[in-house]
Amino acid sequence: MEAPEPGAGSSAVAELADASRSGDRRATARLLSLVERGGDPADEVASAAHAHVGGAHVVGITGAPGSGKSTITNSLTTLLAEAGRRPAVLAVDPSSPLTGGAILGDRVRMSGASEAGVFIRSMATRGHAGGLALAVPGAVRVLDAAGFDPVVVETVGVGQVEVDVTDAADTTVVVVAPGWGDAVQANKAGLLEVADLFVVNKADRPGATDARRDLDLMLDLSTVATRPGSGRPSITMTTATEGDGIGELAAAVAGHLDLLCQGGELDRRREKRRIAEVRAHLEHLLAGAADEALATEGLLPVQASESPMMAARRLARKLLG
Amino acid sequence: MVDTGLPIRVVLAKLGLDGHDRGLKVVARMLRDAGMEVVYLGLRQTTDNIVAAVEQEDADVVGISMHNAGHLTLGPLIVKALDEAGLAVPVVIGGIVPDADLPELEAAGVAAVLGPGASVEEVVSTVRSAAGRDGST
Repeated sequence: MEAPEPGAGSSAVAELADASRSGDRRATARLLSLVERGGDPADEVASAAHAHVGGAHVVGITGAPGSGKSTITNSLTTLLAEAGRRPAVLAVDPSSPLTGGAILGDRVRMSGASEAGVFIRSMATRGHAGGLALAVPGAVRVLDAAGFDPVVVETVGVGQVEVDVTDAADTTVVVVAPGWGDAVQANKAGLLEVADLFVVNKADRPGATDARRDLDLMLDLSTVATRPGSGRPSITMTTATEGDGIGELAAAVAGHLDLLCQGGELDRRREKRRIAEVRAHLEHLLAGAADEALATEGLLPVQASESPMMAARRLARKLLG
Repeated sequence: MVDTGLPIRVVLAKLGLDGHDRGLKVVARMLRDAGMEVVYLGLRQTTDNIVAAVEQEDADVVGISMHNAGHLTLGPLIVKALDEAGLAVPVVIGGIVPDADLPELEAAGVAAVLGPGASVEEVVSTVRSAAGRDGST
């Protein structure tokens, strides 16, 4: 099957979407490529998928490099696939800001899941028109519409990326490893405030119980660390390479979904997510309009005597009428 | 604001029992620095795993590294596996392949072979042209 080129008719996209929903993995992969490419085809894919989403529990897994996210994702999705579920993984890795290239290495740890039939897609952070904030929800929507459940989004939890991913997930799992930091770091790290569930991985290593205690202490002290409607995050100890604790983690993830459903929090989170996505699209459209105006309408050069902020305000007035 | 296209996506793997992955890591870095997206599978992959990765990742090229003298068996095997899965994705083999074996690999449908002396430019341009994307990233 040939991938529709940018600007291809929506019938080609609709055909791919139909095939994807009936289990054609290649069609799903093509749709994901179109989402990554951005522009009109991505919009068509989003529209085609939109009516069929909502079935998947979207689980974000984030944490510091080397904490074991990929190994946990592998063990968790393998377990779920063997239990008859249809999990998919979206593994996000950073691109080089210099060349735009990327080494997407998450599959190295995911041979087991691959053999168990888990659909795995690697995604680089850059090179997407509109950025990750558009590409990740778009890709999740394609996987959701294709009938995968749960959809696990795995990302390096550094900088802005994890916040974007939290926006895209129903349940966010934060992975830490022994030696990651003490109670003070636990308090200052913003990453921890996005957690619905904690995992202390590498639990067979020295310091694992210390890491657990520091997390507990942070949760005891904090009044804001708990996300609304989610209860106090549980802490699961795992040794993902051995599969230890993965059953408990699967139960914690399922339990969190139940909790979200009971309180109506799931709908609230998804509503918030929709608004965030609309905002991201709006931002992208406005940025596009600004680029276009600067390039075509001869609004440049801006006088050196005018401060950049004043110049921007003047141009914004002109653009927005 | 339509992007000009995705970077070339390359799946890199070692097939079967072959523990020499330094070369593959060097090539991964070369391709990344040339602006490509490298889906790195690493050591001891099965044909099933590679085919699944190529399909799910919508890859443009597969690079297989071989240093175990198994290329005449495994090269055609992976080409056949991709073919049977209906995936028309070119296979580039890198590693230790005697010149005398090149015609047989070519006949089996291997797109290109890169030896130990290949320069960065040669590696990058070979992958680009296998992807049918000469002159792009």
